[in-house]
Amino acid sequence: MMDSDLSILVRGIGKRYKIGATQQRTDTLRDLITAQAARIGSSLRGKNHRSDEADHIWALRDVNFEVKRGQALGIIGRNGAGKSTLLKVLSRVTDPTEGYGELRGRVGSLLEVGTGFHPELTGRENILLNGAILGMHKKEIEARFDEIVAFSEVEKFIDTPVKRYSSGMYLRLAFAVAAHLEPEILVVDEVLAVGDADFQRKCLGKMGDVANSGRTVLFVSHNMSAILRLTQDSIVLDKGKVLLRAPSSEAVDFYLNRGLSKLGERFWEEDEVPVSSVPFRPLAIRILDKTGQVSDSVRSVEPIRIEIDYELTEDVTGLRVGYYLFTTRGEPVFTSFDIDSEELFKEYTARPKGIYTSRCTIPPDTLNEGRFLLGINASSYGIRRYFQDDQALSFSVDASGAPGTHWPEPRPGPVRPVLGWEIEQKGST
Amino acid sequence: MAEANLNSAAQVVTLKPTKGWLGIDLKELWHYRELIYFLTWRDIKVRYKQAVLGIAWSVLQPVLTTAIMTVVFGILLKVESDGLPYPVFALSALLPWHLFQLSLQKSSISLVGNANLLTKVYFPRVIIPLSSVLAALVDFFISLVLLFITMAIYKIPLTWSVLWVIPLTLLSVLAALAVGLWLSALNVQYRDVQQMVPFLIQIWMYATPIVYPITTIPEGTFRYIYSLNPMVGVVQGFRWAFFGGSPPDMTLLISSLAVLVLLVSGLFFFRRMEKTFADVV
Repeated sequence: MMDSDLSILVRGIGKRYKIGATQQRTDTLRDLITAQAARIGSSLRGKNHRSDEADHIWALRDVNFEVKRGQALGIIGRNGAGKSTLLKVLSRVTDPTEGYGELRGRVGSLLEVGTGFHPELTGRENILLNGAILGMHKKEIEARFDEIVAFSEVEKFIDTPVKRYSSGMYLRLAFAVAAHLEPEILVVDEVLAVGDADFQRKCLGKMGDVANSGRTVLFVSHNMSAILRLTQDSIVLDKGKVLLRAPSSEAVDFYLNRGLSKLGERFWEEDEVPVSSVPFRPLAIRILDKTGQVSDSVRSVEPIRIEIDYELTEDVTGLRVGYYLFTTRGEPVFTSFDIDSEELFKEYTARPKGIYTSRCTIPPDTLNEGRFLLGINASSYGIRRYFQDDQALSFSVDASGAPGTHWPEPRPGPVRPVLGWEIEQKGST
Repeated sequence: MAEANLNSAAQVVTLKPTKGWLGIDLKELWHYRELIYFLTWRDIKVRYKQAVLGIAWSVLQPVLTTAIMTVVFGILLKVESDGLPYPVFALSALLPWHLFQLSLQKSSISLVGNANLLTKVYFPRVIIPLSSVLAALVDFFISLVLLFITMAIYKIPLTWSVLWVIPLTLLSVLAALAVGLWLSALNVQYRDVQQMVPFLIQIWMYATPIVYPITTIPEGTFRYIYSLNPMVGVVQGFRWAFFGGSPPDMTLLISSLAVLVLLVSGLFFFRRMEKTFADVV
């Protein structure tokens, strides 16, 4: 039995999946029969089918950690690191293959909002049903009913079947139920990735309340700023293992700087480039962080470097190589070319054939958090466009440490500059 | 699956791999009784949504089936009916049969149909097939009115033995649950099951004395083997409870034993399989 001030204790938890068991959704009897027949066949031929380890993957291995009561723990890792599996094991949706764990108190999970919502039922009916599914008692739900409805902002449609709701209304209602569940341990997986900016702000605020009210929170997110705001400690997961357990700021730095996020680099094969591009041939585009590491996830407060490698198969006059920067919603942020400056424009009126790299640095404190898209363009103005790819590469910007991140709210807009402010008192009353 | 100590103030839940065969945790099931209620309620609510006739279907279905059977078997084929008017004979068997059939249809696909719940939230998995069986019970109670109406029309007197309907209903619910546990768990892994169920139900119906009287089956060993079908005891018992005649005696005993074996094995099988539900569904 664990100490009484601990809320979660995990010792050597591992989860093994059979490869194919999760992807191959429609195992049929025929598959089973043919597989059995194949096995019998090969054993008759004397081949022993002992590729047991090869048929399995460990989604989690030897995971150890503990969480004190009232603590909010962040779980960071790229896709496939085992975060979701860990949450599933902790919320008892799936059994661990090995290891041991203890949880003190009721566990509520927001693995996905709207779990168990039925389209034919009305908003009112779904609140009752969803509450029961999330482990609330009828009395608790009824006591909080009005609060839930008010939070969701769907009062007028509460007796309408939810299949007639807009997706926004549906999400608001679903989150409202989940947010008013009051378990001792709350497990949250990326719920904030949904809804419009206003609603996200509301959700984040609610999450902050929960974390501040002395309940234990496990929080998984790709949003490093949210992790920093809502959690004190974080663990970094990679390939099913815990790499680090540290105060969140340290863990986030470790995660971002270690380049655990997947590589921000794109290469062009010869057959991917249209013949019409000749004499320009793109080779690669990449994003580099402050230390010169190729990275998919860079920080707003550090310089971001963009490199474009290309080959010219003949001399080209008036060539400019550059990029468009878009948000993932397609709004243009800015456009920049390598010979934008007066000096370079004069120096590179013509480029002899050869292999080049055009390198650009976006100064610190330029971009806001979010995901961005780079489009590449190579042209000679007024003469010819050689090559264009509007979706050459995407990358994420993390705003931790940027101006205003001490408030738990996402800021609209693609840029987040450091601006000069002065406050002056014009006398007192 | 994890065991929860639900009584202590600070419940401690243990996570560890489960090994071997586990029984059902009744205490935990009791703790989740509200969820059983809500899922049952959902199934009932949803079944006749956006149907003009709504819950009237639970009465119409047995009426229509009785009409068809009376025409085909009673009038055209002149199947004997224990001296009862054929519609009464058929209806008294069809009511418990409809209960069984609907429960089986719904419960066998229940786990797959609730995959989003299985992969997101913890609760004792057995609640899902259980609540789909319970939802069918409501239809049954409504349709039971039909039988009383029919008896009044044919002026058949009501006796105390009608009370036997209660344990007999329970038996057919348990029979459906038992088979439902097996089939729903198998269906998670092998979707062939849901293709098979309609045929299974068809065969099962003809292996039950619904359109023909049980006296068609020769007495002795053969009748005993025949009674291994739990619905034989239930249907026979229903006819006896309403109209008297030969009591179900050995038939009912054998049928009850068969249900018990199916139910216990079904529960163990279900518990054995449930730890992989979330991973394979």
